[in-house]
Amino acid sequence: MNWIQVGKLDDIPRQGSRIVNTSTGEIALFRSVGDEVFALDNRCPHKGGPLAQGIVHGKRVTCPLHSWMIELETGAAVAPDVGCAHRHDIKVESGLVFINPKT
Amino acid sequence: MEKNKTRLVVIGNGMAGIRTLEELLKMSPDEYDITVFGAELQPNYNRILLSPVLSGEMAFQDTVLNDWSWYKDNNIKLHAGKWVTKIDRQRCVVETDDGLAVPYDRLLIATGSNPIILPIPGVNLSGVIAYRSIDDVEKMQAAAKVSKRAVVIGGGLLGLEAANGLTLQGMEVAVVHLCDWPMERQLDKVGGGLLKDALEKRGLKFYLSRQTESIFGMDKVRGLRFKDGEEIEADLVVMAAGIRPNIALAKSAGIHCERGIVVNDTMQTYDPKIYSVGECVQHRGQTYGLVAPLFEQAKVAANHLAEYGRMRYEGSSVSTKLKVTGIDLFSAGDFNAGPEDEELLLQDSARGVYKKLVLRDNKLRGAVMYGDTIDGPWYFQMLRDGTDVSEMREHILFGQVHLGDAGHGGAASVANMDDKAEVCGCNGVCKGTIVNAIVEKKLFTLEEVRAHTKASSSCGSCTGLVESILANTLGGDYSTKPSKKAMCSCTEDTHEEVRAAITQQNIKSLPQLMQALHWKTPDGCHSCRPALNFYLLSAWPGEYEDDSRSRFINERVHANIQKDGTYSVIPRIWGGVTSPAELRAIADIADKYQVPTVKITGGQRIDLLGVTKENLPKMWGDMVAAGFVSGHAYGKSLRTVKTCVGSEWCRFGTQDSTGLGIKVEKMTWGSWTPHKFKIAVSGCPRNCAEATIKDFGVVCVDSGYEIHVGGNGGIKVRVTDFLCKVATEAEVMEYCGAFMQVYREEAHYLDRTAPWIERVGLAYVKQRVVEDAVGRAELYARFLESQRYSQDDPWKERAEGKDAHEYAALATIE
Ligand code: SRM
Ligand SMILES: Cc1cc2nc3c(=O)[nH]c(=O)nc-3n(C[C@H](O)[C@H](O)[C@H](O)COP(=O)(O)OP(=O)(O)OC[C@H]3O[C@@H](n4cnc5c(N)ncnc54)[C@H](O)[C@@H]3O)c2cc1C
Ligand code: SF4
Ligand code: FES
Repeated sequence: MNWIQVGKLDDIPRQGSRIVNTSTGEIALFRSVGDEVFALDNRCPHKGGPLAQGIVHGKRVTCPLHSWMIELETGAAVAPDVGCAHRHDIKVESGLVFINPKT
Repeated sequence: MEKNKTRLVVIGNGMAGIRTLEELLKMSPDEYDITVFGAELQPNYNRILLSPVLSGEMAFQDTVLNDWSWYKDNNIKLHAGKWVTKIDRQRCVVETDDGLAVPYDRLLIATGSNPIILPIPGVNLSGVIAYRSIDDVEKMQAAAKVSKRAVVIGGGLLGLEAANGLTLQGMEVAVVHLCDWPMERQLDKVGGGLLKDALEKRGLKFYLSRQTESIFGMDKVRGLRFKDGEEIEADLVVMAAGIRPNIALAKSAGIHCERGIVVNDTMQTYDPKIYSVGECVQHRGQTYGLVAPLFEQAKVAANHLAEYGRMRYEGSSVSTKLKVTGIDLFSAGDFNAGPEDEELLLQDSARGVYKKLVLRDNKLRGAVMYGDTIDGPWYFQMLRDGTDVSEMREHILFGQVHLGDAGHGGAASVANMDDKAEVCGCNGVCKGTIVNAIVEKKLFTLEEVRAHTKASSSCGSCTGLVESILANTLGGDYSTKPSKKAMCSCTEDTHEEVRAAITQQNIKSLPQLMQALHWKTPDGCHSCRPALNFYLLSAWPGEYEDDSRSRFINERVHANIQKDGTYSVIPRIWGGVTSPAELRAIADIADKYQVPTVKITGGQRIDLLGVTKENLPKMWGDMVAAGFVSGHAYGKSLRTVKTCVGSEWCRFGTQDSTGLGIKVEKMTWGSWTPHKFKIAVSGCPRNCAEATIKDFGVVCVDSGYEIHVGGNGGIKVRVTDFLCKVATEAEVMEYCGAFMQVYREEAHYLDRTAPWIERVGLAYVKQRVVEDAVGRAELYARFLESQRYSQDDPWKERAEGKDAHEYAALATIE
């Protein structure tokens, strides 16, 4: 496991998101209304829309470009759309956020 | 069976009962332990489609709505083929014909109705069949194979569908009917006559104004005798003389019944443990025989079974379509004009088109259409909304196309549209795709078609067309929108109900709103949250704190997102008038941030495209320093005020259109509206600022200012309606503020002024803004009051550091 600290939980707005730049592209971190945190590639499976800019509701985000809904837990598009945004392991410990980017 | 779950028993495995379960499972999937009794041997199927099955256009399998596995997947215990014979209300148990006894905590009676069997001699002979179930259809098909002559008793909707189906099965068919023309409950005499002619051409024979005295034969039917003595031969007699609510079981259990099982607005019978829905029900004195109202009832019953306890069923108005392929017929409401009513008629014998609209007090009361029914849903909508049609009277008979609604214009009739014809331009969906999805995935509603095909899910201009395709593909009444349309799937409430609750219950935050209105999701969805945020903002200006997390990205970051994830920056250029100094400043900023594209927009200003998000606040800081404010080109808000040069330069100019435009823009900028709002001021009727396709347009004339409203130059071009003429600039300002305020306070979120005015009627807007001077002044005052809080430049705030996290990455890692 290769956990990297990227910031504090408080840095991510509730029902909002932040991005982390990596050498392989952007990762979007989301924080739900229930304060759970998720990480997905910041690329919508539809046409690459920046998911971090979408509206976060429940454990889902709606892509800002054409309104696909993506499950934050799995990265899967909500039916009837089909597709998946790559997910990454993430954890919060004493208010700090760590991710373990999948390559 | 799980022990502690509440037990729900449903009697009737038909359309209304099972729809109630579907709705219930959506809201509260685990609440009940559910048992269903159905007298029929089949799983839940679509009774409406029996006619296409009879005629051979469809297989029974394609009509199944929920197959066996659905019951299993949802843990529903189904007893198919079992009759419930007794409801013991003391012990709360239902009993079946084969001795089964099942206890309930809640009971739902959905026993539908029974065909009326005329009390005449001979009805028990073999070969006399009713028309209600798939069993009946199979019997008719079997009879059609071996015999030749069929007589259908009853020239109503069902009778004609049966007759048509039997003709297609190769039989010689006669229809016997009491009245002078068929379908007299849905059609007036002329419409009925046209229908009769069309059906006669297809080989049907009519015996009108006839009463059947008896059916004769030994043990098999041989024929039929009328009261006047005439006899006709028949090997098969189909009884389609009407239906009667099936209430025997409820009655024997002592549940209060009149014509149907009497229920209140929550679909509860006199026994509070027992609910009832469907054709067996009598609500406010009405019984129904079409699915659209039953589905509304199902929704309400489910809402109460799920213990949301919020919806009320308030009755329905219904429309009718005949499902005989090739015959277009539509009727709705009360079409027999009384003395206070007016009749509008269109009769085009060459095209075989007949239309009649009945109006009272400038509102539609009824409609009958034959031959061209594409506008049926449109009339029906106006009928239910009580739209004032005085402004469109001259054209209304010619349909929506003639009101400049280009969205419907292309296709004269959906049925004739090619499968490859594109319906939804936004998502590139063609007719064939929609039809396939409806058939294969068994879709019923507009929402389902949107979810599965994306058609009509973007700009919405093709909604009417998609609804017509639904109606056309399914027949029946699926085209009808429920009279109550929920905002989104997170709630049962309509836009109006939500807006009313906000002010009446003094609700001032999103979580409070969702709690008070029992939102079904923890924090809404991308469709309701922006709407709710707007409604709160418009109700409590200065008080409600805007929730940026409920705004679409463009409004959250105050710039338009582009397809590559960069943004565009459009500063406000008041009334389209600029100066060398401003242009120089823009040029410098474009250089400094290496803006790839600089473009003059269609709204008389300058667009800097391709800016990265990180650069936005810095760039805005430079813009602000040069004296610019945000152009709100990204917002559901005032966009631009376009002007022409006007009397200052133009040889035709009658007034200072440029100066007035700037004044109007200074007053209105920064305002949030249900959708974007565009204004223009032209200096004379040559109208170079295109004021007559704006939400609010002013055309200057010698004697003053003409005010026009409700225009749209976008997807469906709509020319403005003329509102009134005023004499002074001050009046223009007042009318503008007042108009924007009614629109802001009353339109649905994402309605532009054009569809809003078409819904509420121009007369209403005139009444509020022109005729009621006191009301106008109050609206204007409320508008100005809310402007006090919304003219802080969002760019300046962000250049100074507000919401900085929106523009910066959290971290950069390897
Ligand atoms: C920039 C501009 C095109 C241009 O280069 O000229 C433009 C660009 C966009 N328009 Fe427009 N419209 C622009 C003038 C217009 C006009 C002309 C006008 O205002 O005189 C119209 C027709 C008039 C009207 O609205 O009635 C127009 C009708 C639309 C529509 C259809 C609206 C409708 O009600 O049918 C949309 C779609 C929507 O809003 O849902 C739209 C949507 C868009 C969006 C926001 C599409 C999107 O969602 O990303 C485009 C944003 C591009 C960007 O980032 O800048 N744009 N758009 C114009 C900006 C004007 C400005 O200065 O603010
Ligand atoms: C041929 C035909 C065409 C139609 N076309 C249209 C149309 O185009 N548009 C439209 O809107 N409507 C149409 N209708 C009407 C529509 O089908 C009905 O309004 C709808 O099916 C009524 O639903 P329901 O649940 O009340 O009754 P049903 O669907 O009839 O369901 C009632 C069920 O309860 C069962 N049942 C009754 N008593 C008992 C008992 N004691 N124990 C166990 N089970 C019992 C019955 O067997 C039946 O399966 C049509 C109907 C027919 C027959
Ligand atoms: S017409 Fe408007 S929405 Fe369409 S591409 Fe051009 S700018 Fe974009
Ligand atoms: S790119 Fe996300 S929905 Fe199209």
